[in-house]
Parts: sequence; C-alpha cells; structure tokens
Amino acid sequence: MADNITRTGPSGIAAVALGFVLPGAGHFLLKRNIRGGLILLSVAIMFLLGIAMRGAFFQPQGGDLLNIIIYCGGFIADLCSGALYFIAVALGYNQPDVAGHVHDYGSKFLVGAGLLNILAMVDAWEIATGQKD
Amino acid sequence: MPRIALSHFETAMAFALLTSVVLGVVTKKTDKERIRYGLQTFGYFVLALFGLAWLMHFGHG
Repeated sequence: MADNITRTGPSGIAAVALGFVLPGAGHFLLKRNIRGGLILLSVAIMFLLGIAMRGAFFQPQGGDLLNIIIYCGGFIADLCSGALYFIAVALGYNQPDVAGHVHDYGSKFLVGAGLLNILAMVDAWEIATGQKD
Repeated sequence: MPRIALSHFETAMAFALLTSVVLGVVTKKTDKERIRYGLQTFGYFVLALFGLAWLMHFGHG
C-alpha cells in the first residue's frame, strides 16, 4: 500500500468537495487510491445495507431541542453520503419511518455511512493541506 | 434492491467491520499503523458487543 506523498497539488476544498460528492473521491484526487477505494467500499456497503434493510432517511423537524438535534443531525448525516443519497432519493427511495428493529438498524446504517464520509472528507483535507501523508 | 433482515449480531459485526476499516484508513499516518489500528478497533467493537450482551443477559436475570 504505497501511496504517493505530495505536498503540492489539488486544493483541500476540491478534495473535500469531491469527497462529498462521491465517498473516497477526494483521496483518488490526491492519488491515495487504495485508501480512497477502501473508503468508497466501506461507505457504499454501509449505505446499501441501510437501503436493503429499508432504513428511513431523516427529515428535518421542529419541536423540542432534542428532536431538532436528532432529526436535523440525522438529515445532515444522511446528506453527507453525497451521490449515494441523491441517487437513492432520485430513484424514488422514500421508506417511511416504520416500527421494527431491522428498519431501525437500516436508518442507523444510512446515518453511519454519512458520518464515515465526513471522517473521510476531514482526512482528505488534512492530506491536501499537508498535515498528514 | 433486495430486502434483507440481518440479526442484531450480524448487523453489529457488519457495522464494526466497516467502521473499523474507515477509522483505520483515516486515523493513523503509516500503513502499518493503519492496519494495526483497524484490527484493534474491530477487536474493541467485538469485545464491547459481547461484554454488553452478557451484561444485558445478567441484567435481565
């Protein structure tokens, strides 16, 4: 797993933006192909498992503070899966939030995929800005 | 998209595996450290999974 070390190259913003659109793409842009591939695989598998378990996407809701944090936070995390989220929505995936432990696992997997992609975007930023290899 | 229904254990193991891979990739600075950290994180997930399962087992009497 020999990744090239470059200090000059694509900007951090480009790497983060690309990583948002497609998980791992920021790493591909920075020539960290193996790491990008592992991120893409992990996030995509987690997202697809969430979809296959018929998890629901969070929608922003008002109400008390805890409700706002959970639903808005969940929505932002869902959104951070990037293209996976937008494709699923565009293809009409709109699972209602129904009771059942499998659906619940699915919702958490969808959120988890977005959260993992946030970690990947932060990593891409750190690589692009020379804070790590 | 096929509908799947994993058990709690299978779901937890899948979550642990996928999360460990990403944590390993993004956290450390060298490949050796990344592999080690990924395995370590997965081990901790599994340990916590079994530990909490036994805790709940005894907690319920």
